[in-house]
Amino acid sequence: MSERLKPILSHRLFWPLAVLAVMVVANTIYRPGFLAVEVNNGHLYGTPIDILRLSAPLILVGLGMTLVIATGGIDLSVGSICAISGAIACLHISEASDQNSLVTVFTALAMALGAALVLGAWNGVLVSVIGIQPIIATLILMVAGRGLAQLVTEGQIITINSGPYRAIGLGHFLTLPLAIFIALGAALLVAALTRRTALGMIIESVGGNREASRLAGIRSSRMVFLVYVVSAACAAVAGFMMTANVSSADGNNAGLWVELDAILAVVIGGTSLAGGRFYLSGTIVGALIIQTLTTTVYAMNISPQTALLFKAVVVIAVCLIQAPAFRAKFGRRGRGTPPPAAPAQPRQKEEVTA
Amino acid sequence: MRNMRMSLAPRRAVAALAAVLLAGSVAACGNSDTGAGGGGGDDKIVLGFSQVGAESGWRTANTNSIKEAAAEAGIDLKFDDAQQKQENQIKAIRNYIQQKVDVIAFSPVVESGWDTVLKEAKDAGIPVILTDRAVDSADKSLYKTFLGSDFVKEGRLSGEWLVENSKDATGDVNIVELQGTTGSAPANDRKKGFGEAIAADPKLKVIASQSGDFTRAGGKQVMEQFLKAHPKIDVLFAHNDDMGLGALEAITAAGKVPGKDITIITIDAVKDGMQALADGKFNFIAECSPLLGPQLMDLAKKVHAGEEVPPRIETEETTFTQEQAKTALPNRKY
Repeated sequence: MSERLKPILSHRLFWPLAVLAVMVVANTIYRPGFLAVEVNNGHLYGTPIDILRLSAPLILVGLGMTLVIATGGIDLSVGSICAISGAIACLHISEASDQNSLVTVFTALAMALGAALVLGAWNGVLVSVIGIQPIIATLILMVAGRGLAQLVTEGQIITINSGPYRAIGLGHFLTLPLAIFIALGAALLVAALTRRTALGMIIESVGGNREASRLAGIRSSRMVFLVYVVSAACAAVAGFMMTANVSSADGNNAGLWVELDAILAVVIGGTSLAGGRFYLSGTIVGALIIQTLTTTVYAMNISPQTALLFKAVVVIAVCLIQAPAFRAKFGRRGRGTPPPAAPAQPRQKEEVTA
Repeated sequence: MRNMRMSLAPRRAVAALAAVLLAGSVAACGNSDTGAGGGGGDDKIVLGFSQVGAESGWRTANTNSIKEAAAEAGIDLKFDDAQQKQENQIKAIRNYIQQKVDVIAFSPVVESGWDTVLKEAKDAGIPVILTDRAVDSADKSLYKTFLGSDFVKEGRLSGEWLVENSKDATGDVNIVELQGTTGSAPANDRKKGFGEAIAADPKLKVIASQSGDFTRAGGKQVMEQFLKAHPKIDVLFAHNDDMGLGALEAITAAGKVPGKDITIITIDAVKDGMQALADGKFNFIAECSPLLGPQLMDLAKKVHAGEEVPPRIETEETTFTQEQAKTALPNRKY
């Protein structure tokens, strides 16, 4: 019996998914209607749909962050890039004579995406060409970027009234929110590019040892540069969703602290912060866990003062339960099976993981 | 090789981090000198003002009101933006003391840690006026007066309106509350004032209360869950307009009519909020006005002339119903 369960238990997504399941079960016990989904105005409507829709921006940011972390880097500037891209798009739309014109919206998106790519390239150059530590290189834009976003919005909240732009955050396709499909599409695209080609392996090898990869014929610097650009692009699209969700751009608060949530999602998903390997599917589950946790606080009406503690406890539990050394010590003691030493496990190549 | 890199990396990161932060603070020092040069001279009153920063539309309106009122009142204003940092603000105040300005006013970034610099101002014989936010100094003689909003009163006015308007209700009135940033003074005080006011009517019950962080996205996300968890919600009380505006979207998406199915009460009265009120989507707003410039200039003149002023002065504020919003909307500055 335990032999048959072993491959399931040792799958790296088992524990994150188990945590997710526990949260859903706890919510359902607290309020039986938690999982109920009904049709409202021809769209599916219910808490699970909310969780999927609200986690879409975090999934996007997390995808980019996963690739950056796989190279041994980190991108702290994604929250600011969300704010900047959202602000540029909303500013352009708010100044247009016809806010509902598709041309206006696409111009706005292109301008904002272009700006984000420039910012991503800036991060990439600082890290790959100049060789600044990623945490410092991206910290610059994390701090200065908020200022940039406020310059764009002039410290005000820009409110827009544009149907097509709103659809990015709130539109529907096949009765489900469009945002879910955007996040899913991005995930599939990144997965196909990295796992159906050698690109993913190259990124991992750069993260494992940049110099050795270079000597082996990989253009390490170019790969490092690219992941920051991709991360910025993902953040830009997430920024569109965040601002479209409330039809307004708030330079101060859009995407605030999303970089930390994204790093957490990546870590919960099993990607090592030291770089060298990455799991896109794990990041997606991580993002879902974080959003479910936030929604749980509201659904159970946990008081705001205790909510932060509650979240911290759950996150610590998730991280501990994921650590093989911790599980070996406390989980399997009774069964007498020898604990597998985590670092000694052979590194297996993963199949497409989205 | 790899191990060595790993062990060195954090140390290097910390050193570089320190360097960046240092550079940041040096740069910040640089721009607090902008007000230097020419203090006094002619017989115009010189007012040194240190602003918190430019973190919101409310704050921008506050800054503009002070600048405009100074120009109108013929007061020479030395303005400094502290960029949310107390050390910048202390530096600015010391600058004003050296320049021998006539009056110093500032919106403290934080409540504590002001005694030393306020003592310096007092010793130099320069009167100090606090605006918008208070300090927790035990020695009240360190400043002349505190001009700002009364958050408890804003909450109370909101609650009183609700009590008045639910007199005819039969059965319980279920209220959900969107709080501001957890632990912030406006969130604590507005909650307190509202709670005290609605205690007058046992029908009024707060069934859920969560923090929406004063943002639209926060208000929306919390309201979505409130609507699913509680089938009968009669009233929404939001600690600011922005959270209320976010909640509007959640209410509409749930197939309910804001302002009719759910009565919405908010605080602030920024332009977008007033628009929603005029459109019938909100029902009541208690104003929290940033336009304290004219009052500040009056006070500056009074304390400069040596007149006695009360230690606590409330900003001139009002409340708005839907009808009042329609009239007031065209003249809103922020």
